[in-house]
Amino acid sequence: MNLALILISVLILGSAAVALALRNLIHSALLFVGCWAGIAAFYLWAGAEFVAFAQVLIYVGAVSMVVLFAVLLTRQSDAAEPMNPDSFSRFMRALVAGGGVAGILVGAILGTPMDVSTAGPAPTLTVKEIGGQLMGPHAAALLIVGLLLTVALLGAVVIAAVDRPEKSEDAS
Amino acid sequence: MSVTAEAGTFLERAPLVLRDAVVQWFPAPLQWLAHHLITIVAILAVFGVFFAFTTVAERKLLGRLQNRLGPNRAGLPWIKGSKLFGLTQPFADAVKALTKEDIVPAAADKLLHFLAPVLVVAFSLMTFAVLPFGRNLIPVELDAALLYFFAAGSATELAIFMAGWASRNKYSLLAAMRALAQVISYELPLMLSVVPVVLVVGSLSTSEIALAQGGWTFGFLPHWHVFTPWGFFGFLLFLVAALAESNRAPFDLPEAESELIAGHLTEYSGFKYALFFMAEYFGLTALSGLGVTLFLGGWQAPFAFLEFIPSYAWFMLKLIGMIGFFIWARGTLLRLRIDQLTRLAWQFMVPLALINLGNAAFWALTSGWSGPLQFVRWGVSIALVVGPFILLGRGLNGGRGPRTYRYATS
Repeated sequence: MNLALILISVLILGSAAVALALRNLIHSALLFVGCWAGIAAFYLWAGAEFVAFAQVLIYVGAVSMVVLFAVLLTRQSDAAEPMNPDSFSRFMRALVAGGGVAGILVGAILGTPMDVSTAGPAPTLTVKEIGGQLMGPHAAALLIVGLLLTVALLGAVVIAAVDRPEKSEDAS
Repeated sequence: MSVTAEAGTFLERAPLVLRDAVVQWFPAPLQWLAHHLITIVAILAVFGVFFAFTTVAERKLLGRLQNRLGPNRAGLPWIKGSKLFGLTQPFADAVKALTKEDIVPAAADKLLHFLAPVLVVAFSLMTFAVLPFGRNLIPVELDAALLYFFAAGSATELAIFMAGWASRNKYSLLAAMRALAQVISYELPLMLSVVPVVLVVGSLSTSEIALAQGGWTFGFLPHWHVFTPWGFFGFLLFLVAALAESNRAPFDLPEAESELIAGHLTEYSGFKYALFFMAEYFGLTALSGLGVTLFLGGWQAPFAFLEFIPSYAWFMLKLIGMIGFFIWARGTLLRLRIDQLTRLAWQFMVPLALINLGNAAFWALTSGWSGPLQFVRWGVSIALVVGPFILLGRGLNGGRGPRTYRYATS
């Protein structure tokens, strides 16, 4: 264990824990951004430069915006007001949803063969090799993820768009 | 001739020699720290001063463009009657910004309100770390440098949101949303205009991209990317997107002083307000530096016989040229409306940038062609730029002809 790893884990776990405890949704969302930045720092510590920068670019730059916009757009009246626990049934539903996701993730992690003992020296990967891997053996996964994100984006547009006839003055 | 060559090579090495000499003064265990600290201090000093003189250059140049004088009074306070063409104006401005009262709205989220300007300056400074300022003169050598550049730049959006939301002012929040819509829209064409360079060079490392543009055809035509059809068009797209990303005129809607009060900066005053503008200039300088590196040959000299001038001087000259162009654009072009702005990004620039990516792929695939096939290569590439540009431009203009104005008649 070294000091940097301890600091990074404190940053990740601490910000996640405080985000869960806070009742202000915007503060929680911003703390999650801090948590994602901490995960990027962990990737940097582990020597995965490319993944770290991609993590910052996608999570800190883009996903954070999606989350913040979602919070602002869905809670129009009192976006800044603290949100109080609602009811027992709501709590149960949140527990079931969260538990389901956690179960899937833990199952996936446990199901993945991780042979740490036979791992040799850390491979030095260049960005070019990562690109080759993504375009070659893992091209299908990349395409599926891209398609999934496009569908999600189109769905978001359909939900958010309000059809209103364009005013005639603007069109001229 | 040999004397100048000697001097040239010495000047070329001077910054590194100086740094190593200073590092030697420190005890061995601290040398790595001193090495990095000196780099950081050098960037802060050089680009801090560069920022100060960019503001005064902008004000004077804009003044001339608008047929007035611009700042020309600030001299040295201890010499009576000295004016120095107003060159000390930025330092007077800094003192003014520092001594102004810092007002925080009572209802504001104090912590986030404070964090937003800090974040925006910190991250805009971080982008300088991967720019190759000269031969072997790059602060951090990264394999995925371009990705780092855009990752560091993406935190600006977060800062804009924090500034708008934490002010607890409806104008701030609405303007922050507008600013975010603009920055997110133009992030896409900006990155798509950069990707062709990565495709042709085959590397994300900025120093390798700068190196790849060395050499001359027939001894005088530099191999800069801007002198290829896809590179020229990519550079134009990059210029427009960079202008929009750094909220400069004609894309300065987020703080359009005549329409919105000051956008997400409404509730900021004193030095925090100045910090946002500092970050804007740093962002503009960093993006210009990236444009120089990717398209204008980086630190390479334009002609072989001019190579005796050190590489960092060439980089700074090109950087000043880019900044001058941006100031000129600010003095010339009119501000766009928000619907025009987003339409330009999504309907015009994104498709063209995608076609340009295909164009660059064609260019990379035909790199082996020679003789008369070279003409075919250039012709196809130019057609791939000009054709879509004209077709798409005409198509989008249909039905949106010149605006008719109706004046009140009594």
